[in-house]
Amino acid sequence: MRNRRLIVAIALSMGWATHAGGQSSTVPGFSTLDSMEARVQGCVTCHGRNGEGANSGYFPRIAGKPAGYLYNQLAAFRDGTRQYPPMNYLVAYLPDAYLREMANYYAKLRPPFEARDAAPADVAMLERGKVIATAGDPRVGIPPCIACHGSRLTGMEPGIPGLVGLRAPYISAQLTRWRVGSRHAAEPDCMKRIVSRLSEADVAAVSAWLARQDPPADPSPESSNLVRMPLACGSQQ
Amino acid sequence: MSRRTLLVLAIALAAIVVAAAIGLEMLQPRPLPQRETTPAATAPNPATQVLLKGEYLARAGDCVACHTLPNGRPFAGGRAMPTPFGNLYVPNITPDDETGIGQWTADEFYRMMHTGVGRDGTLLYPAMPFASYTKVTREDCDAIYAYLMSVQPVKQRNRPHELRFPYNKRDLLIGWRALYFKEGEYAPDPKQSAQWNRGAYLVQGLGHCSMCHTAVNALGGSSESQAFEGGMIPNQNWYAPSLTSNREAGLGEWSIKDIMDLLQVGVSSRATVYGPMAEVVYNSLQYMTDEDTEAMAVYLKALPQRDSEPPPTSQARLVSPEVMETGRTVYATQCAMCHGGEGKGQPPHFPPLAGNQSITMTSPVNSIRMVLNGGYPPGTKKNPRPYGMPPFAHVLNDAQAAAVVTYIRVAWDNSGTPVTAAQVTPLRSLLPE
Repeated sequence: MRNRRLIVAIALSMGWATHAGGQSSTVPGFSTLDSMEARVQGCVTCHGRNGEGANSGYFPRIAGKPAGYLYNQLAAFRDGTRQYPPMNYLVAYLPDAYLREMANYYAKLRPPFEARDAAPADVAMLERGKVIATAGDPRVGIPPCIACHGSRLTGMEPGIPGLVGLRAPYISAQLTRWRVGSRHAAEPDCMKRIVSRLSEADVAAVSAWLARQDPPADPSPESSNLVRMPLACGSQQ
Repeated sequence: MSRRTLLVLAIALAAIVVAAAIGLEMLQPRPLPQRETTPAATAPNPATQVLLKGEYLARAGDCVACHTLPNGRPFAGGRAMPTPFGNLYVPNITPDDETGIGQWTADEFYRMMHTGVGRDGTLLYPAMPFASYTKVTREDCDAIYAYLMSVQPVKQRNRPHELRFPYNKRDLLIGWRALYFKEGEYAPDPKQSAQWNRGAYLVQGLGHCSMCHTAVNALGGSSESQAFEGGMIPNQNWYAPSLTSNREAGLGEWSIKDIMDLLQVGVSSRATVYGPMAEVVYNSLQYMTDEDTEAMAVYLKALPQRDSEPPPTSQARLVSPEVMETGRTVYATQCAMCHGGEGKGQPPHFPPLAGNQSITMTSPVNSIRMVLNGGYPPGTKKNPRPYGMPPFAHVLNDAQAAAVVTYIRVAWDNSGTPVTAAQVTPLRSLLPE
């Protein structure tokens, strides 16, 4: 405890921490040397010690996302099919088996959620975001997010990520990358079809609404056989 | 029913059950009986042996690293190689008749490896390390040729190079070759052991270590008199340390075991490979036999040590107390958990910083990049689950990053010199967030 206070005090004195405790989870730390926890120290300054994501905005929560999804992302970063230079560099020379182990490790973690986004936002925009997320827009063929990402937005095994706990800048950046073709998933790429039907305003609206949702009591992804998906998705096949 | 009848029935029933079990068991398929094998039957035939040897040597030459696109089909080429003179596009070396090297003969392949002249007589750009491969024996070259001819042919047309004038004029290469290219197979040094000679052959030849570990001048040439003295790797912005200076990556004071670990495992009790060297270990060195790795270690350790510059003066090592204090604070918060309060690390997984030559050497580029970008050593056969270091680019500003690099360069009797924020700034943009 004294240690933790010391770290926070140092962080505060250097002008980093905006809210005490939140930042110290992105300072390296582990309990046993021969453990996955120690091996994934390479992830902690962005994704937090337990994969909870950094409070600062962009770096996503990875804890509890389906292992298949996490592995697909790690392999895509390694092979350059998903581009984010800091990640491409970090995992460039890691073998499949180890990436799978990392994915399984984070998929099992259930750290508490950081405080959700509560900054004031345009009411009409949030309403539009809610419609897209929960009902979709059948006129233009947009299925609701919850149809695949789960009624609690916790994702679906094996390949669909949870959206709860992500920040608006991250969600909108990913949707935009899909739109411009720099992010894609296994064919048939269902997200590409969906994003091609979203306007820029829709992207902002749905990102803002998603980032404001309370985490559910059980953040586990849904099992894959509970629902029939509205679109064929390569990462679920 | 009498107890006797019951007993008889029970025994009969048990007999039926046992018989049925035996019957089912007999119906189960079994593994095929092991055939008696003689050593002659299991040893690969001579043609296979050549292919296996060729595959091994192609690994030693790390052909796949340049001749394959990330996630692309092996040896099909197409990868852009940025050089200070423009982009080169690496050719397809699969045995496709039309777009690869399918129609090359072994003689043509040897001439290319040995002299840097293509099948049609064009002079190759020295991004192809023929200045090193010229040392490869004809027999080894033929094995590599046989192996390449055996891989999956891929139809993929070569992309033309995009070099700026005047570098797009291949005639200029005649001049370059006169200055920097010496043709000739490796000639063993009779005064040295067979092991040393094997190491020299691999390091100077297929390993083409000098491509990075010898400084490249403005003409893209490297001078033999400066062999293995280190230099910046063009366009990669990593510093390839000198292998001949005990103040850099000179291995004179290292144990053979540590050198072997660094090359083959990727981590050792003294240092860890990251960046371009991680790629070399991942694609090439991890596959080398213990015997060849030891030979390379013996040769590298025996390289003559000649420090090209004197150690820094105490004046050059002066650090302002405020910078030192900032560095100490950052270190205590962010680094000490893994590298220890005294910089001793937890080798081999968290490398030591105290007494680590790669931190104190004149160029601080690699240390700054590690602090900004972090890094994972390569996952190798002997270290499949490496420990990683996180990036701090988003946590530390330029002054803080410079202070902590300064701190590890001068603390614990380390002999480095301070680093300024201005040295950090340009390295920050290399991996944009």
